[in-house]
Amino acid sequence: MIELKDVRKAFGNTEVLKGISMEIQDGEIFGIIGQSGAGKSTLLRCINGLESYDDGAIIVDSTKVSIKDKKNLRQLQKRMGMIFQSFNLLERLDVYHNVALPMKFWGIPTNTPEAKEKIMNLLKLVGLEEKVHSKPRELSGGQKQRVAIARALVLDPSFLLCDEATSALDPEITKGILALLQKINREMGITIIVVTHQMEVVKQICQRVAFLSNGKVLAVGKPEQLFVWPKEHEIRDFLREGSDKLPTTGVNLKLFFFGEGNQRPVVTQMAHELGTNFNICWAKLEDFREDVYGSLVLNMKEEDLGNACKYLDKMGVTWELIKD
Amino acid sequence: MSGILSTTGMSDIIITGFKQTLYMVFWSTLFSVLLGFIPAIILTLTAPDGLKPNKFVYEILSFIVNVFRSFPFIILLVILIPFTRMMVGKSIGTKAAIVPLTISAIPFIARVFESALRETNPGVIEAARSFGASNLQILLRVYVKESIPRMLNGIILLIISLIGYSAMAGTVGGGGVGDIAIRYGYQQYKTEYLIVCSIVLIAFVQAIQMLGNFMYKKMS
Repeated sequence: MIELKDVRKAFGNTEVLKGISMEIQDGEIFGIIGQSGAGKSTLLRCINGLESYDDGAIIVDSTKVSIKDKKNLRQLQKRMGMIFQSFNLLERLDVYHNVALPMKFWGIPTNTPEAKEKIMNLLKLVGLEEKVHSKPRELSGGQKQRVAIARALVLDPSFLLCDEATSALDPEITKGILALLQKINREMGITIIVVTHQMEVVKQICQRVAFLSNGKVLAVGKPEQLFVWPKEHEIRDFLREGSDKLPTTGVNLKLFFFGEGNQRPVVTQMAHELGTNFNICWAKLEDFREDVYGSLVLNMKEEDLGNACKYLDKMGVTWELIKD
Repeated sequence: MSGILSTTGMSDIIITGFKQTLYMVFWSTLFSVLLGFIPAIILTLTAPDGLKPNKFVYEILSFIVNVFRSFPFIILLVILIPFTRMMVGKSIGTKAAIVPLTISAIPFIARVFESALRETNPGVIEAARSFGASNLQILLRVYVKESIPRMLNGIILLIISLIGYSAMAGTVGGGGVGDIAIRYGYQQYKTEYLIVCSIVLIAFVQAIQMLGNFMYKKMS
């Protein structure tokens, strides 16, 4: 488990982390999302000890991450594999030796039969066993990231930290990498922490997510709770779901549908029962991992609002009045 | 002396000169690469983006390198005469020419190696750090390893400029192809020497450059 307690950090006079607290449970895929400059990459680098923090505590399985305690930090870093946006492979080493590199840093021989088997198994896992002798420049972006993933796993870490790992890849390749991360999480039980600004990444794989803005945690929770109808202004801005496109006359009511709620003809039924008409002015269906979440905004006359709310409560539909 | 030389054929003279050039260039390259590597490493480590940033050390060393680089070679040659005598026992001759050639090449190659090393992708260094690599491991396994082709390019550059400088070494009796071109071609009006010497030098530089390019391709 990784615990963050009121972590603070400043670069000169600029505070980048303003008291971050959160807990990352073993075995989960945890997302840290936010606009660029929100401090999410800095936070990840603090967890790994690449960067020091000024105040608070980061505790990984009851050991405090401290840049001063080099010996302990090294041991912790061994347990945290890391992958990066720009892959960061060594250009002059082939795939095999890139994967083997962390072993070299730990004095583990890399040409024993066991080492070979381990590295080949990892390359099989990431689907690159035929590329074992290729140099990074012969590989595509997605393949390079796969090599980086294999490299990050070679020391048998408990955690995998991903710093914008898919930001340089196109959507189709991103899907493949995300599926691979899910597989690693499921089959190897590795806790994965994903720092990203891509909503798609969080929606596809994260079980929980923290939204960072301006060095602070605005919200932590399941992605579907945070993003289907966010209450925080910053998250709404991030999702670009301003209410500016909604009609300014009458009232706007937002309805939420989870899972089987999608299959019920609630809106048309309500129009029938209340003997009035609604204007559907906004709707969205979203996938969160395996589930589908829907939301839509109805515009109606003010006098219909009371009845509509009563009806929705009776039908068990979650709703919210949009105020601007 | 000129009587003896005039009976010798031009090809013998030039071959002797070429051997002297090779001798001077080879040893001064070897020594300056070995000795220039050390300040290059210190500069890389203490640079603002290095593993152990230290403004004081970096600026001082940088200043020393610049001072030596800005000396015109011909002046360095003269200034270094006492030092040369101390090192090789005499101040004149092919062997003696190696000393000023090496001294002038050290700051040059130090700078070239420094920039080659510092071109290493910072992301790769960060990745190595994230896996718990020590500074020494990063230096050898990442900085040096990734920079070998670029450093090789620097050595080629060094060899080519040392071929040029070795011509000036004729002033301290260093001999070499360039010296022959001056003494026979220019001072004795034997244009054919000038032409042949130039061709030999051009061919030599071309060959070194081609070898360098080939090795760069092979290594990167």
